[in-house]
Amino acid sequence: MGQLYAAAVRMTRNASDAEDLVQETYLRAYRGFGGFETGTNLKAWMYRILTNTYINSYRAKKRRLEETDLDEVEDLYLYRRLGGLEAAAAGRSAEDELLDHFTEAEVVDAVEALPEQFRLAVLLADVEGFAYKEIAEILDVPIGTVMSRLHRGRKALQKQLWDFAVARGLASEAATPSTQDATAR
Amino acid sequence: MEEPPDCTRALRELYEFLDGELTIDRRNRLKTHLDGCSHCFSAFDFEAELREVVKSRLSAEVPESLRLRVHRALLVEGYQPPPGSFGLGTGRLGRPLL
Repeated sequence: MGQLYAAAVRMTRNASDAEDLVQETYLRAYRGFGGFETGTNLKAWMYRILTNTYINSYRAKKRRLEETDLDEVEDLYLYRRLGGLEAAAAGRSAEDELLDHFTEAEVVDAVEALPEQFRLAVLLADVEGFAYKEIAEILDVPIGTVMSRLHRGRKALQKQLWDFAVARGLASEAATPSTQDATAR
Repeated sequence: MEEPPDCTRALRELYEFLDGELTIDRRNRLKTHLDGCSHCFSAFDFEAELREVVKSRLSAEVPESLRLRVHRALLVEGYQPPPGSFGLGTGRLGRPLL
C-alpha cells in the first residue's frame, strides 16, 4: 500500500484526499477482482484503478502551465543551463551539487505545475518506475503518446526547477546553453 | 563547434536508456559510447541524479489509520482475511495486496 498511497498523495496533493482515494481504489479493486485475469500486471492494474478514480473524482481544476508553453523548452534544459556540457568538457562539474539544494516543496511545486497529462506520465515513470508499456495500459493511451508526454513533461519539470534555482539565487540567469551542443537545434 | 554524431545520437537516446527501454543492442552500443565520452557520460549522470532527487523528495509514509480504515471497509464488502494475516493477505497471484 505504501507506493500506492505515496502516488495518491502526489496526485491529489493532499493527505486527506489521498486516503479517500486509496480506500476507494482498494474497494474498486476488490469488487473488480473477479474480472482480473491471471497474467495481468497486478501492480499496473491497481495503478490504473487509482489513476482512473483520481481523474474522475479528485482532479484539481487548478490552473497549470498550458501545453503550448512547453514547446519552447529544449532537451536537457537544466543541465545545459548549469553549464553542464561545457563545464564537463573543462573538467568542472558543480551541477550535481545544485540538485541537493532543491527542497521538497520546490520539487512538489515543480511537478504540480505540469499540465495534468504530463504530470501523471512523469509521476508514473520517474517516481513509480513503470515501463512505457505499463503506463500506456494505466492511462489507456498508445505508447507513443506516453513517450511524448514524458518527453515534454520532463523538459517542463526541468524548466520549473531552473526557475526556482534562479529565484533563490542558486543559479544565475546569465548562464546560457552551451554553444558546442547542436542537439537542441 | 558541431557535436559529434555519436554524441547527438547518445543524447537523443538518453531517456530511453535511463527508462530501461532500449533494446540490448542499442543499450550496449550506448554504454560503449559512454565509456569513452565523458561529455555524454556527465549529462547522463546528471539526468540520473536529477531523477533520484525528484523521487526522494516525493515520498510519503502510509498512516497506520489508513491501513485500518481500508481493512475495515473491505470487511464490510465481505472480504475474509486469511487466518493469522492482517490486511488483504495475498491475492490470487500470491502477492501481498495490502
